[in-house]
Amino acid sequence: MSDDILTVESLRCSIAGQQVVEDVSFAVPATGITAVLGRNGVGKTSTLRGILGLIQRRGTVTLAGERIDHLPTHRVVQRGVGYVPEDREVFAKLTVAENLALAERQRQPRRELVAELFPDLVQRRDQLAGTLSGGQQQMVSVARALLNDNRILLVDEPTKGLAPKIVAEVADALALAAQTVPMLLVEQNLEVVKRLAGDAIVIAGGRVVHTGRAAEILADEDLTQRLLGVHVDEGAAA
Amino acid sequence: MSGIVLVLVTGMGLGALYFLVASGLSLIYGLMHVLNFAHGAFLTLSALIGWEVAQRAGAGTWGGFALSVAVGAVVGAAFAAATELVLIRPLYERHIEQVLVTVGLSFAAVALFEGIWGTDAVTIAGPAWLKGTTSVLGAHIPNVYWLLMVSALVVLAAIVLFLRKTRYGMIIRAGVENRSMVTALGIDVRRSFTIVFAIGGAAAGIGGVLAMHWYTFVSAHMGASLLIFAFIVTVIGGLGSLTGAAIASVLVAVLQQFANTYLGGTGDLIVVVLLAVVLLVRPRGLLGRTA
Repeated sequence: MSDDILTVESLRCSIAGQQVVEDVSFAVPATGITAVLGRNGVGKTSTLRGILGLIQRRGTVTLAGERIDHLPTHRVVQRGVGYVPEDREVFAKLTVAENLALAERQRQPRRELVAELFPDLVQRRDQLAGTLSGGQQQMVSVARALLNDNRILLVDEPTKGLAPKIVAEVADALALAAQTVPMLLVEQNLEVVKRLAGDAIVIAGGRVVHTGRAAEILADEDLTQRLLGVHVDEGAAA
Repeated sequence: MSGIVLVLVTGMGLGALYFLVASGLSLIYGLMHVLNFAHGAFLTLSALIGWEVAQRAGAGTWGGFALSVAVGAVVGAAFAAATELVLIRPLYERHIEQVLVTVGLSFAAVALFEGIWGTDAVTIAGPAWLKGTTSVLGAHIPNVYWLLMVSALVVLAAIVLFLRKTRYGMIIRAGVENRSMVTALGIDVRRSFTIVFAIGGAAAGIGGVLAMHWYTFVSAHMGASLLIFAFIVTVIGGLGSLTGAAIASVLVAVLQQFANTYLGGTGDLIVVVLLAVVLLVRPRGLLGRTA
């Protein structure tokens, strides 16, 4: 267990009294990318939001051996949890520079890394984030998480709605980032999962129904058909 | 011509007063989704204490006046910050309870003020210039209106600078847009709640001291009547939009003054009709966001 950076046991989450995560348990290793797979609406996003305390949650969550399930969201993040939300959630009326400045938690944020990964953002630093393209907004969102030395990143559908070329760019950035920080990645694009993820967990009906190596899960046609509702070869590449 | 100029300028001056009250309401609602019914109490207490200070420092002098404005701002900020810390914060995320507790505070505060300062309005004095007029295109504009306009512009500029140039201002702007994402960046957004209350309270406090010079009296009830128009202005401007509040303040007050002068004193009615029209045609207000 000591190799795991994040453990989740019997996590149950609800939104406005409605249970959205039934009983989820899994562990995230301290290196590499762990993918969270499952059909739409099974509670993948809610699991991430529950870990962060953005929605009501019960159960046990530990980060590097310490319980974080009783902490308010900002304290969870301060412990070293970076979050790249679904739909990017950049602050539209703030500039790119302001979006990034808000995310800086440490005295020496890793601005060079961000500038190197996303040179576009440096050029557009004074532009309002709401006027950026979807891909550029995703870069802002990813950059916000990479500015700090996090212990883990929770990344939610980073390629959703992006053009194939931008998908590749975002995947490149995530692959590079994953060399230094472990990642829990919710992703529907199975080509991206295949390329990035080492381990994978599959959620169905609000519970974890399968865990294993991502490549093995994706290679098992029956499993992917049954649990994810897709044929890897035909339906995966977005 | 001089009549129109008089109505226009006094309307803008009255709008400045509305803005001083509405700016805080709008900021607080934008960030916290709380309609603060206690805002009038912040204003009233600032005026009452401001008047106490002015009397001791020399009510007819500019020094005494300036001191009373400064004290009014501090009292308003302190009362508002204490309200947020003691009453609002324990009810975090419970918006209806938060609104109800401000309603309760507004009643209790007025009763307390009546107990201390009495139920009658007290006539006040100020620097002689405030009672004079200045001629503009033949219209004799009471000087207190200039003071209201300049003060509101200074307060608007100060709030805008704070929001644009400071980290807390940035957090507040981001929080108005998407509060949960601010916390997901590791920021304790609750600290900025206290700050917006304090800023709103300070603006209302300045408004309170100036309002008593405009009314030429101070009473335990002065906050309540101004608060109604400030709410209307906030809704018309678009809840949460400072610029919207500024534009709506002037719009509402000028319309009100014109109706009062040229439509047989129907100013208050016209304002309520305008509110109804805005709610029907554009429920999010002039510059409000879509919900």
